[in-house]
Amino acid sequence: MTKAILQIENLTRVFQVGAEQVHALKGVTFSIEKGEFVSIMGSSGSGKSTLLNIMGCLDTPTSGEYLIDGVSVRERTKNELADIRNRKIGFVFQSYNLLARTTALENVELPLIYNNKVSSRERRERAQYALEMVGLTDRMSHTPNQLSGGQQQRVAIARAIVNDPVIILADEATGNLDTKTSYEIMSLFQELNEKGKTIAFVTHETDIATFTSRVITLRDGNIISDNINEAKSAIIALEEFCK
Amino acid sequence: MNILNLIKIAYKSLMRNKMRAFLTMLGIVIGISSVITMVGVGESSQASINNQVSQMGTNLIMVHRARMRERGVSTGRDNVQSLKVKDVDLLAKNAKYLSAVSPVFNANAQIINGNYNWSGSIMGGNTDLMEIRKFELATGSNFTEEDIKKYSKVALIGHTIVEELFDENVDPIGKTIRVGNMPVKVIGTLKPKGENQMGEDQDDILIMPYTTVQKRILGIDFIHMIMGSAVSEELADKAVEEIETLLRASHKIKDGAADDFEVRTQAEMLEMMSSISGMMTTLLTAIAAISLIVGGIGIMNIMYVTVTERTKEIGLRMSIGAHNSSILLQFLCESVILSLIGGLIGIILGLLLSYVISIVQGMPFIVSTSAVVLSFVVCAATGIFFGWYPAKKAASLDPINALRYE
Repeated sequence: MTKAILQIENLTRVFQVGAEQVHALKGVTFSIEKGEFVSIMGSSGSGKSTLLNIMGCLDTPTSGEYLIDGVSVRERTKNELADIRNRKIGFVFQSYNLLARTTALENVELPLIYNNKVSSRERRERAQYALEMVGLTDRMSHTPNQLSGGQQQRVAIARAIVNDPVIILADEATGNLDTKTSYEIMSLFQELNEKGKTIAFVTHETDIATFTSRVITLRDGNIISDNINEAKSAIIALEEFCK
Repeated sequence: MNILNLIKIAYKSLMRNKMRAFLTMLGIVIGISSVITMVGVGESSQASINNQVSQMGTNLIMVHRARMRERGVSTGRDNVQSLKVKDVDLLAKNAKYLSAVSPVFNANAQIINGNYNWSGSIMGGNTDLMEIRKFELATGSNFTEEDIKKYSKVALIGHTIVEELFDENVDPIGKTIRVGNMPVKVIGTLKPKGENQMGEDQDDILIMPYTTVQKRILGIDFIHMIMGSAVSEELADKAVEEIETLLRASHKIKDGAADDFEVRTQAEMLEMMSSISGMMTTLLTAIAAISLIVGGIGIMNIMYVTVTERTKEIGLRMSIGAHNSSILLQFLCESVILSLIGGLIGIILGLLLSYVISIVQGMPFIVSTSAVVLSFVVCAATGIFFGWYPAKKAASLDPINALRYE
């Protein structure tokens, strides 16, 4: 049996907005296994951002159980959560969130700076390797304003994989990109997935979700469908798009 | 997260905004450099005063005529005739704590040598005056007891007068000059002493036997003042007491009645001048310290702006695993680096400035180690104090909101 990277059981999250209670998640249960490429779909207000925040250990659930790599995140201090984020999770954001006026290499090194076990030399080597993986060997010393949107997102992806996380969490990672570049990024994700990376991809675009092998759809804080699909190849889609 | 990484991160962040970092630092630079300058100049002038006073002789004691009061109004001492030559003789004979004593007359007269003339100050005294006032002969010799008895028309002249009255390469010794209408023979010249603390030229002086000044120039039978040397600086107070007792007895002043003379020591003068210059230094340093506080507030202000501006960066750092303490330390590091570099530049600038001032003012240049060390500590403290609150604010941000911040 394949190992469950992520186990979520009956997860709820309630926000207190003024006197009102908002139930963003109303008992969500699913698990993601090693090597899966999952997309989490839903329109705005469906609770997918809340779910992503909890999956990314930025937020803690009101009730329910969440285990990442076999470790429960409930009853953890802020610093312990920070360490989990540092060692087990890689984030890719819609707006890249790269540090301005900082080279691609230094941006990628960033997560390792917060890990005392990594020496500065190892940090550099691992960051270079991560940039090679995303195909930016020749752009290492460029700053974000010298890079295109697609290249910036590649740097962000390199930053997400540099700490060798158990799961990559992408939040609308193609949201700021045009169709062609979106396909390129998706093909990069597929490539990483083939190399064994587990990826959870939050999006509201059905088109993008077709490139993943499993689609979880949320509505009003509940899972309404959880389907395995035949993932479309992003490279082929890209070739067709270019014709 | 080790401290070296932290410093590196903080340094890089600052370098992303060089102009802003520089301007923020400027506040601290100005604050520290002005504190250093003020303290430096203060210490220099203190040293200069001490120097001056020891040149005058730290064991110098002066007896003035008392100021007169008429119906409650002080009318000065010009018409007071309370000191006589016999008082000097009395002190010379009886005062155990005085090593030397001389009557002193002051006068001003036109001093003429051929085509040159100079309005100079004239001092009359006995043979001990040179030693009491710490004058030294450059050439020639002092006048003698014989000269005093005979009201001899001889003079010792200071460096300024030599320069004013004689061409270069001319030896003044043996030459006859005129003081007012009286021909006077120059028998010696004095070594230069420079200006005193009040800016008076101590070399603009012509010394003659007191009898000559008293009888031939002034035509008076009282004396202007008495100068004496205490046996040692420590015994100056004893000497003052002794002079007072002796003069009161000889002037027949009853117990409880006011003296008709005043005794001053050089130590008192020193104290007075030191306290004035010390007060000025304290005042100026306080003003400079205020500018340091303003500089610190500048740092705080910019750190606030920086934290707000970099909210997203803070969110990102937290999302990739930075502890709150790492964020706190990063921003604290930035403000401390700003204030320390600013302080360093300020110290160098301040030392340079006080060096220039001391050169211009002709004072000794003194590097006050305590001021430098204190400034450095104050800088670090300023950085931490004014950086703490913005850093705390950065560290307490919620990563989810910070990431969404636009």
